[in-house]
Amino acid sequence: MAELNSTGRVVGIDLGTTNSLVAYMEGDAPVVIPGVDGSNLVPSVVALDPMGANGSRPTVTVGNSARKALIQTPERVIYSVKRLMGRSLEEIHDELKLFPFHLAGDVEEGEVPRIQLGELRFTPPEISAYILRQLKRNAERFFGAPVTQAVVTVPAYFNDAQRQATKDAGRMAGLDVLRLVNEPTAAALAYGLDRAKAGTIAVYDLGGGTFDISILKLRDGIFEVQSTNGDTHLGGDDIDNLLLAIALDEIHAEHGVDLRLHPGAVQAVRKAAIEAKIFLSTEQVAHFDIELPNGDRYQREIPRDVFELLIEPVLARTAGPCKQALTDAGLTPEQIDEVVLVGGSTRIPAVRELVDNLFHLAARGKKPHIELNPDEVVALGAAVQADILAGASKSTEEMLLLDVTPLSLGIEALGGTVARIIQRNSTIPASATEHFTTGVDGQTNVAIHVVQGERELATDCRSLARFDLKGIPPMSAGLPRIEVKFLIDADGILHVSAREQRSGQAAQIEVKPTYGLTDEQVESMILDSFDNAEVDFAKRLLIEARNQAETILAAVERAPQSPAWALLRGEEQVAITAARDRLVQAKIGEDAAQIRETTLALDQATRRFAELMMEAAVSSALRGKTMETAGEDLAEAVTAPHAMAPAEFK
Amino acid sequence: MFKMIDSAVPVACWSCSIGHNDSTLFCPHCSKIQPPPGGDYFSVFGLEPKLNLDLVELEHEFHRLSRKLHPDRFARALDNEKEWSLADTALLNDAYRTLKDPLRRTEYLLKLEGAEIGDEHSGMDRKDPSRVPADLLEEVFELNMQLEEMRASRKMDEENADLEASLVAAKEKFDGALAAVDEDLRDEWQAWDEGGAAARGAAQKRMVALLDRRRYLSNLVRDVNEVLGA
Repeated sequence: MAELNSTGRVVGIDLGTTNSLVAYMEGDAPVVIPGVDGSNLVPSVVALDPMGANGSRPTVTVGNSARKALIQTPERVIYSVKRLMGRSLEEIHDELKLFPFHLAGDVEEGEVPRIQLGELRFTPPEISAYILRQLKRNAERFFGAPVTQAVVTVPAYFNDAQRQATKDAGRMAGLDVLRLVNEPTAAALAYGLDRAKAGTIAVYDLGGGTFDISILKLRDGIFEVQSTNGDTHLGGDDIDNLLLAIALDEIHAEHGVDLRLHPGAVQAVRKAAIEAKIFLSTEQVAHFDIELPNGDRYQREIPRDVFELLIEPVLARTAGPCKQALTDAGLTPEQIDEVVLVGGSTRIPAVRELVDNLFHLAARGKKPHIELNPDEVVALGAAVQADILAGASKSTEEMLLLDVTPLSLGIEALGGTVARIIQRNSTIPASATEHFTTGVDGQTNVAIHVVQGERELATDCRSLARFDLKGIPPMSAGLPRIEVKFLIDADGILHVSAREQRSGQAAQIEVKPTYGLTDEQVESMILDSFDNAEVDFAKRLLIEARNQAETILAAVERAPQSPAWALLRGEEQVAITAARDRLVQAKIGEDAAQIRETTLALDQATRRFAELMMEAAVSSALRGKTMETAGEDLAEAVTAPHAMAPAEFK
Repeated sequence: MFKMIDSAVPVACWSCSIGHNDSTLFCPHCSKIQPPPGGDYFSVFGLEPKLNLDLVELEHEFHRLSRKLHPDRFARALDNEKEWSLADTALLNDAYRTLKDPLRRTEYLLKLEGAEIGDEHSGMDRKDPSRVPADLLEEVFELNMQLEEMRASRKMDEENADLEASLVAAKEKFDGALAAVDEDLRDEWQAWDEGGAAARGAAQKRMVALLDRRRYLSNLVRDVNEVLGA
């Protein structure tokens, strides 16, 4: 019960493009926590209920129920929001053409884009926050206790802005994100848990919307990433869109119906396309059979070889990053001992064939690892990392993850070129110190532009932040010496600090992210501050009451093993047992006040027992134990069963 | 030579208040994590500045220190401990990255010794004829012409097998020259590590020149690779 106290549990969350999951460490094995519907996967779909006509804020639903709304009310549903996280207006412009949802009309250049959902507008981190909150609730329901800390996974190839956006989403959902972990690395953790072997492994992760490749070296529990590469816009979605486009074109040509004008119908075809894709992973032929709005039927066969030909260009895009990752790690395919497949799209036989060719597996008598469910393995790994962070667990205490930054960090130099200050694939945390000076006499500001990427020109890289070094003491040009320290933390997020060295003055800096939310904006978007606040409060009361009840019940459970138990009179023992049974009953119910009352009653009933235990501990201390061990015994005895201060609800 | 000791300023531990010198990651008295110590990258690993390093031992020490310092070990620690774990681990990683790579290690040590090393980022070196190594002048001139010609024919979408073949041959030659420089550098390591002050000074000068030559050559090879790979 100790881990349910102030520190609380740390859960691992896979915030996926298509599905999201939450998992935790049960003993020495990670386990996925199911939702109310019993399903491990929560579809990453968020819908706005069409209620709210009375002026109240419409309710937001997440997961399977939201997915069902996709066909009826597509204008009130958003999916694959991960593809929009941390991206600018111009970056997502093309992307949005593939989706049924639209940008809010009043978004300006440089602002975080907002999606119009029914009559409301949401930034991508807010949408992700709804998904995270659903996972948080699933975990709280499962534990009967609040969950406030999490490890959240991100694609390894996510840049600074995408990572920051993910952390923002966590904060909005009321989660303290202790660490962002790269998805392929998490998968390696899940696989590496029960095998203490050394070796070099490659993780090929083709998910719904992102592709990552990571190469890691394993030794004595240390998982050291050597290199990583990928494409944050490549995945199963792209395959779905290919099938969808063919079906829509054929329907238009053969039946004269342009379904593109009917968002709901497009979603129905999209659903059929996804089903066909999944079917083709195990069967040779899939069938389209879709009823059109005019009553016609669109029927078509898709043989696997045609499908493979169609998706070949998409799959081929994963080869380049794999080769680059090998080069960066200084390895040949033969030096890779194991390949792990992650992500639902790796169920496609053609993907497995491609991986086999890239790493010369069959030729070496090897097979890729698929033992763990590719949809769940990332969440399981996140749970392992959560356990590492929580500490004090035997099964993970020897494990440590050393990850890298996927993209080089640079500063725009004269002429628009990029001066690299931290190379890609540097182990994080990593830092670099640069010196700047002024170009004009008396100049008190120096502007700095930080970019991320591998291209030579700043305009071809991702702009991370522009900032001004302010408050430089006026001096002759070139005399000030401003030391700027760039630090990439263990989440892969950049921090900047600066100091003028000649005057010793800490230069003031305002780091303005090129795209992203300010602290104040995030604060104003914290979900529970406006949505369902009352419902949540009641739930919270219930969870806390159950938590208290569980603590005392666990202690009472152990009571008969204590020598003090035998000193109780028979009717005292009966009273405790009866009070315990009443609390067990009350705990099943939804009434927080009643649980509290019965908890207090049990507390009362066990008072004399607690005193007897205390006495036993004290007298055994007097029987020649050292003060120190007596103190421990005493502490132990006192915490059971009176761990509970009177339940307090504010 | 004795940088470690020069920078060892006595400071009081934030946790137990007992004084210790500034070059330590953990308090020798209460074992609590400390702010990043002064001193160079070598001292992070308890090493003297030397160019020949036992890389297996270095990796072993890197892993040992990572286990103790990494932010994952401080996820629920005090805020200041978290901050220092981050800063110390960044220092450890920066130091390991620099020392495990022979070229970065050499450049770093030479800079410590006050040598002026060309800027790795500036691609401008090559454009300056005075930077071209004298013995390569003719070949570099020839190569630059060929590169221009190749770029031009690439733009026109023309095949030029002869030109390509001679570029490949040139690349192989310069790759060989690079390998020779690396071997020469290794010889100088020995001279530096084991020499007295005078021998060190001389080795240092030769290494600076070798690194200049190496940078020049690798830029050249990169350009050829770019044109051939296009």
